[in-house]
Amino acid sequence: MARRELRYALLFLSPWLVGFAVFTAWPMLYSGYLSLTDYDVISDPSFVGTSNYERILADRDAHQALRNTVWYTVVQVPAYVTVSVLLALLLNQAGRAAGFFRTVFFMPSMTPPVATGVLLLLLFNGQDGLINTVLGWVGIEGPNWTTDPTWIKPGLVLMSLLTVGGSVIILLAAIRNVPQELYDAALVDGAGFWRKTWSVTMPMISGPLFFVIVVNTIAALQTFTEAYTAFFGVGNTTYSNDAAEFYVIHLFRQAFEFLHMGYASALAWLLFLVIMAITAVQVLVSRRLVYYEADR
Amino acid sequence: MRGLRPTAALVAGGLLLAGCAEGTGGPSGGAGDEEGETGGSAFSADASMEGELSIMGFGLDDEIAEVRFDLAEQAVDGVEVSLAEGGLDMQQFLSSVASGDVPSLIRADRTQIGTLASRGAIQPLDDCLEAEGVDPGQFLEPALAQVTFADQVYGIPEFNQVRLTMANEQLLEEAGLTLEDVNGSDWEAVTNANQKLFQGSGSRVEVIGYDSKLPEFLPMWARANGGAMLSEDGRTAQLDDPAVVEALEWAVGIYDDQGGFGQVKAFRDSADFFGAGNQFASGTLGAMPMEHWYVNVLNEVSPDAPVIFDTVRDRQGEPISYATGSAWAIPAGSDNPAAACRFAATMVATDSWFAAAEERVAAREEAGLQFTGLLTGNQEADQRIQEELVEPSGEENWDSAVEAIYEANENTFTLPANPADAEFDRAWKDAVNRVLNGQQQPAEALADAQEQAQQALDRAWEEWDATQGQ
Repeated sequence: MARRELRYALLFLSPWLVGFAVFTAWPMLYSGYLSLTDYDVISDPSFVGTSNYERILADRDAHQALRNTVWYTVVQVPAYVTVSVLLALLLNQAGRAAGFFRTVFFMPSMTPPVATGVLLLLLFNGQDGLINTVLGWVGIEGPNWTTDPTWIKPGLVLMSLLTVGGSVIILLAAIRNVPQELYDAALVDGAGFWRKTWSVTMPMISGPLFFVIVVNTIAALQTFTEAYTAFFGVGNTTYSNDAAEFYVIHLFRQAFEFLHMGYASALAWLLFLVIMAITAVQVLVSRRLVYYEADR
Repeated sequence: MRGLRPTAALVAGGLLLAGCAEGTGGPSGGAGDEEGETGGSAFSADASMEGELSIMGFGLDDEIAEVRFDLAEQAVDGVEVSLAEGGLDMQQFLSSVASGDVPSLIRADRTQIGTLASRGAIQPLDDCLEAEGVDPGQFLEPALAQVTFADQVYGIPEFNQVRLTMANEQLLEEAGLTLEDVNGSDWEAVTNANQKLFQGSGSRVEVIGYDSKLPEFLPMWARANGGAMLSEDGRTAQLDDPAVVEALEWAVGIYDDQGGFGQVKAFRDSADFFGAGNQFASGTLGAMPMEHWYVNVLNEVSPDAPVIFDTVRDRQGEPISYATGSAWAIPAGSDNPAAACRFAATMVATDSWFAAAEERVAAREEAGLQFTGLLTGNQEADQRIQEELVEPSGEENWDSAVEAIYEANENTFTLPANPADAEFDRAWKDAVNRVLNGQQQPAEALADAQEQAQQALDRAWEEWDATQGQ
């Protein structure tokens, strides 16, 4: 019986297993091999040992890209999660209008990232952009968001907040699942809105919240499309700004502009290991802070 | 979560591409070295035209493309021609190389030819040109130099983009200036004109005085100042040459006098560049150097704009133009090199260009617009078109534009072919951007760029020399 079940299980799992093996596992393993070679796609790979990894240590552009990425992740993830939680809490209070606002918040998430990159240049234009126009109404002279190295990354963080819709929906669903009895009990104890939010809602949604944090941390470490479009791609064919050169952009340029596929593979593996390490730390920390209903 | 999709695409696409790649062999072992795929046997005037011809990097965007494409198709009658329309996507091309399914013929930017040639991705075309009776001397020398790597021609030049000075006559007159003040012959005069033409207050720009078009036009300013960013043999970067540094200092100073590059660029980005409200029509730009195709745009969308033209001049007052363009190339491993060669040769033949230009003239006449000439990269074709098809319109400014276009075409320069063009390009552009962004001073930025560019060149040339047994 068990063998039969196993056969069926493997049969139904096989589309995913085959897809994973062909499209993820094999390319990853092969890229591990390529990271030890000098490879430009056109010629055959030639084995160079660990020299690609050693080259990363001396690559100033890679260091700058890593610093940019860490800065972006450290600022963007808390901002993204905070805004997501606040909007989810607001939507939970919205009553009948919740459906409408849920749609409104989610719609920007459906915008193609390339369009978001181009939109960034328009909204954050230092002379005629909407952001600086609005700031001007309250007497603030906005910066040159798209050229000033100090303001490039804050602009990208703000732009990323347009796409909180997906996380808001996840967190709203979690908030709606919090048992009403818990709020009633808190009310009896004299808790106000913020106390209930902090002591009841947040612990009860800590599982989905942890998921949102982990996924967005990984996404922030891999951020690419919007910044590439705005500062290296169609938005700026000649001008670029190294304040916007994130790690994956550096990797992409090494691979597809300079044809250093072996070196780019080494960069990819380093990023993979960094993400694994950070995620492992997050999982360890979560054991103390995250509440899973199934563990009761 | 946005980053997941592109990264997934990178992993699944880039790594899969890498994962599945077997390579096609390098310069010494590539498909291009196989018997029958290069050398005299592959190209012949008597070659039978059969099989398939897949083309990448070309688009049928206008009559100039369509007419020549039809003629080239006729020249390879019997061959099934397929075209993946659009500019050459390097990722797409590399994917096809990695999978062993290379296109028969590609059209690339001329700056890419050196790198592709050094890596054995494209074939030498000297035998192709000889077989098709194409005299390399018909091409403009700088254009041909750009596609000549290690003394062999790897690309067939097509088109030539030159740079002109464009200025708002009304703004010049109001400021008591003339075209000579902004054509680059006297840098001090340009600086003074910029200060007079600029209008703005605080962080607001209302009129850009002069736009020196950094970072992309630095090679032209360096040459105008008597410098060169790369040695003629393409082996030595010269980015820290005092003439290059001085050119950058001057060109950046133009922006500094207008409140900084950030402000000017933001204002420039908000302009209606291709519309009737463009910078010249709206009176928001004094002068700038610009590619000559923009003459057509201005003539079409704002024929009454007070815009006047001249060539860009070096500091001795001589016309000078940085030229760019495209080139046809045949990948190593092309399945139909003979047909590819004939097709490319027909695309750039004098008769093909002339037929296309005639069609353009008819189309412009029908639209009530002036024919502003056509720069083909082929000297014979340029001369014939200019002599037989270009006619004065009677409107002085547009006629002077055409005159300037042809004058600039005779005074072009290009950066030499080299095996690390993308990295060299990135090194100097990043340096200029760091200066524009206020992160470094010109001398310091160009010194860093020099080191970076030379390392890339040394590495690439070393690999090339190794394949040549040097």
